[in-house]
Amino acid sequence: MKETRSFVLKNELGLHARAAALLVNVSSQYKSRIFLEKDGIRVNGKSILGILTLACPKGGVITVNAEGGDAREAMKKIAEIIENKFGEA
Amino acid sequence: MNEPKTTSVFKGIGVSPGIVSGRAFVLNHQDMAAPSYHLVKASQVAEEIRRFRKALKSAEQELAGIREKMASREGIESRFIDVHTLILKDRSYRRDTVNFIREKRINAEWALRLTLLKYRDVFSRMEDEYLRERIADVENVTQRVLRNLSAVKPDSISEIRGECIVISRDLSPADTVQMSPDTVLGFATDMGGKTSHTAIVARSMEIPAVVGLQEITANVQNEDTVIIDGTAGVVIVNPDPEVLKRYADKKKHYWAMSERYLRDAHFRAVTRDGHFVHIGANIEFIEEIPSVLAHGADGVGLYRTEFLYINRDRLPTEEEHFENYRRLVENPGVQWSTIRTFDLGGDKFISDPRLAEEMNPAMGLRAIRFCLQEVDLFKSQLRAILRAGAIGNTRILFPMISGVKEIREAKRILEEVREDLRREGIPFGPKLEIGVMIEVPSAVMMADALAREVDFFSIGTNDLIQYSLAIDRVNDRVTYLYEPLHPAILRLIQRVVRAGHEAGIRIAMCGEMAGDPMCTMVLIGLGLDELSMTPLAIPKVKHIIRNVSREECREMVDEAMKRVTGEEIEEFVWGRLKDRFPDEFHGSGL
Repeated sequence: MKETRSFVLKNELGLHARAAALLVNVSSQYKSRIFLEKDGIRVNGKSILGILTLACPKGGVITVNAEGGDAREAMKKIAEIIENKFGEA
Repeated sequence: MNEPKTTSVFKGIGVSPGIVSGRAFVLNHQDMAAPSYHLVKASQVAEEIRRFRKALKSAEQELAGIREKMASREGIESRFIDVHTLILKDRSYRRDTVNFIREKRINAEWALRLTLLKYRDVFSRMEDEYLRERIADVENVTQRVLRNLSAVKPDSISEIRGECIVISRDLSPADTVQMSPDTVLGFATDMGGKTSHTAIVARSMEIPAVVGLQEITANVQNEDTVIIDGTAGVVIVNPDPEVLKRYADKKKHYWAMSERYLRDAHFRAVTRDGHFVHIGANIEFIEEIPSVLAHGADGVGLYRTEFLYINRDRLPTEEEHFENYRRLVENPGVQWSTIRTFDLGGDKFISDPRLAEEMNPAMGLRAIRFCLQEVDLFKSQLRAILRAGAIGNTRILFPMISGVKEIREAKRILEEVREDLRREGIPFGPKLEIGVMIEVPSAVMMADALAREVDFFSIGTNDLIQYSLAIDRVNDRVTYLYEPLHPAILRLIQRVVRAGHEAGIRIAMCGEMAGDPMCTMVLIGLGLDELSMTPLAIPKVKHIIRNVSREECREMVDEAMKRVTGEEIEEFVWGRLKDRFPDEFHGSGL
């Protein structure tokens, strides 16, 4: 199964360390392979260094790919935390 | 006991205000010199990878242990620990290192360093400053793994016993979370900026901190005495007793400072009957000027230039002097300034065989005496001051003048310097005022004659008290004799003020007494025109001036001077202050 979705980052700091950590923690709960893509650069969604090196600011667009048996669930959860602005107030 | 350690000064970024002094605790676990070598046999590769994985595992356990202990304390640290743990677990971080070991056939430490270099490169190219600074997290994690590889015992923070100032290359969340706010008095680090972890933690713990000092760790050892001025961004290592005492005084004022005084600090210091008093600040670093202005000084009454000389292996050049003085006079908030010429013994900074160690340096070849012998050294400072005078309002103050001959000699050299500048076509302040410190009793006796030679006096009470009452400043057994309100001292001050006013010159005071709120009414009554003090003392002194009349102060001085011991005068003054300012002065006070 393969899922692809794009998101606009609405939280204040973009993909900062804490947000990246949250994303990694969530992605790691699923068996599916998860990738983040921005401006043609693709990184592993389970790698905090990968996500940080994407350097995605507020308002930036990222595309998330999930491949595997639980891809749908993974994508649902990831969408939730991004839409939630990573729990920022 | 070893020979006395030399004083050194470091300037960084003050990120959490306040002043503190204490013994150093150097956290020296960063940047270990890890060995680098090639693996000779293929079998070593597997062994090296195993070693690396094991180090990762123990590093992870360390972080988990720290995380567990901080269950009660949450916040920034816990978030950082999570990030660090994820970096440790990061597949590309692991894979890169393992690949380096395999492909380059190098040991784990070396491979790990290459991985770090790779990320340094990636992060350094990021535009976003916040993200760029996250390389600090990668460095931190890498250091932790390196430590585990070399089996050096882990964090030494847990070894902290008693109060101390923590000196480190950088502080990670894992470090700060293990520190108890009861024992850590302040931080000083090589790395970091306003938003670094150290800065945030220091502000939340409300302890002074200076970061971005570049090389503080290389210059401090455990148990060294360290002063941290988080307001000015200055760290002083192994201060001599005099500097230490001055900072103890500043510290006292800092913690006694209240919002209420600070709010009113910008009002002019005018007594109720309309008498205006100039309020200056005493500084030793240009970096202190923002604090000077924040606390309500109109000018700088004493810029001690000694730190331009110490802590270095050669004399400061004229340009170095000028650069500092320019920054002083150019500041639009500083209405006037006073630069005191060199006030140390030569032994403090030059190893010249002619300068034999002196038995009694306080009375030795120092200050103006030394300058009149080392004319070249003196002239380069005078040239720089005169040049600064072309840019802004400044005055020269000569220290330790004991009689007319010395000031005439100093003026003659100053005139030569003016002549040189004129001939060279270099602009300088033509009407620069000159003054003398009145701190030697003989200068008090000759005040009338000295007043005809200069534009102002500045009374240095610390030395004046010590010389007049014959107190050896390094002998603890006689410090009880140090009484600013000793009748002899008040008479000396009175004599100086009268002689000066008769000649029509301004009389300043720049000793500690000028910043002691207990002495303020007495000094106004004695007729001082200018009081210069540590910036933090200004608001309270101004508050007192604005709430008294000069008349009542004069009457109080007349009354006080009928008494014949320091104790009696102190008791009398304290009683008056308790009546007039019940909020500020309570208890016995003596």
